[in-house]
Amino acid sequence: MGWMFLRDLLTGVNKYSTGIGRIWLAVVFIFRLLVYMVAAEHVWKDEQKEFECNIKQPGCENVCFDHFFPISQIRLWALQLIMVSTPSLLVVLHVAYREGREKRHRKKLYVSLGMMDGGLWYTYLISLIVKTGFEIGFLVLFYKLYDGFSVPYLMKCDLKPCPNTVDCFISKPTEKKIFILFLVITSCLCIVLNFIELSFLVLK
Amino acid sequence: DWGTLHTFIGGVNKHSTSIGKVWITVIFIFRVMILVVAAQEVWGDEQEDFVCNTLQPGCKNVCYDHFFPVSHIRLWALQLIFVSTPALLVAMHVAYYRHETARKFRRGEKRNEFKDLEDIKKQKVRIEGSLWWTYTSSIFFRIIFEASFMYVFYFLYNGYHLPWVLKCGIDPCPNLVDCFISRPTEKTVFTIFMISASVICMLLNVAELCYL
Repeated sequence: MGWMFLRDLLTGVNKYSTGIGRIWLAVVFIFRLLVYMVAAEHVWKDEQKEFECNIKQPGCENVCFDHFFPISQIRLWALQLIMVSTPSLLVVLHVAYREGREKRHRKKLYVSLGMMDGGLWYTYLISLIVKTGFEIGFLVLFYKLYDGFSVPYLMKCDLKPCPNTVDCFISKPTEKKIFILFLVITSCLCIVLNFIELSFLVLK
Repeated sequence: DWGTLHTFIGGVNKHSTSIGKVWITVIFIFRVMILVVAAQEVWGDEQEDFVCNTLQPGCKNVCYDHFFPVSHIRLWALQLIFVSTPALLVAMHVAYYRHETARKFRRGEKRNEFKDLEDIKKQKVRIEGSLWWTYTSSIFFRIIFEASFMYVFYFLYNGYHLPWVLKCGIDPCPNLVDCFISRPTEKTVFTIFMISASVICMLLNVAELCYL
């Protein structure tokens, strides 16, 4: 299963996309999925093991880590990738539905199965709007959860069972910051591409 | 993983010059494969085995983050991705050209040149006209990306050699402590290898530019 499944699903979407849709797919595959798999995943691999608090009290590190990272940045990234890629499947489903209808009626109902007219146009428009909504939603969620897009090297924590305010050190904060910035930039690029495609679709 | 990139770039292979094909081979065999097969093993335990001569919690984390803002492996992975991407411009241009030709064919214009739509898809597109400009600018971008990543590498790590001990005095380290990198010699060897492969690719790109 894994990411290859998503990749295979999306390759099918390529046939029924507009030109800008194909550019969007290329950006998602190369700058987001590929970078996630070959580079970003490894940066967060040992995030809890190397998270260190200046205290010997058992349980303090666990509690502080859980407080600062309710959901790991890398898992948010993966969820964002999945949610943002899925609306394109609506288009594939619609085309499959058209194919099924043609088979049932045993005659040619549509000029071309993949042609962007009538119901398929609306489906494509809705998928674009939902995609953009997910992108923006995840960026806002990220910003709210982590107070911005930067990762500090030191955090102060005084939750029970920590006896007082202890210093907690995050591992690889600079590298994480660089990859989060990369995530935000590619996300914004995809939002811009979606808006351009939306305006082309509506104005044509 | 890298298979996706391989599929994308393999498609570009058909429309490249012969030097371009050599470049693609060098990229995949000497850089991607080496990165995957060897370098990941060497850099796998880079933070675990990074040891500082102090018991102070947090000192190791802070020193590691200061000396390695971005890991070598991640920089190389990003370099390979960015360097391979301009080739997509060429692939997109060829796809657009084919789409236009197919549209004209369907309208009945180029019937004498092609037998059918399959013929258009199989035709080897020659590098002339606007495709020449796209191809040349893609090579130009490739050279720029290679050079800038090599410069960033040099700038971040003060050269291409890894020392076996580093001195670190950042808060919360109580004083100037010795920090030891794991496998510095092996890492230096691989760094020199990747840099040489990078230089060879740049030379191939310059040669291809002159040829065009």
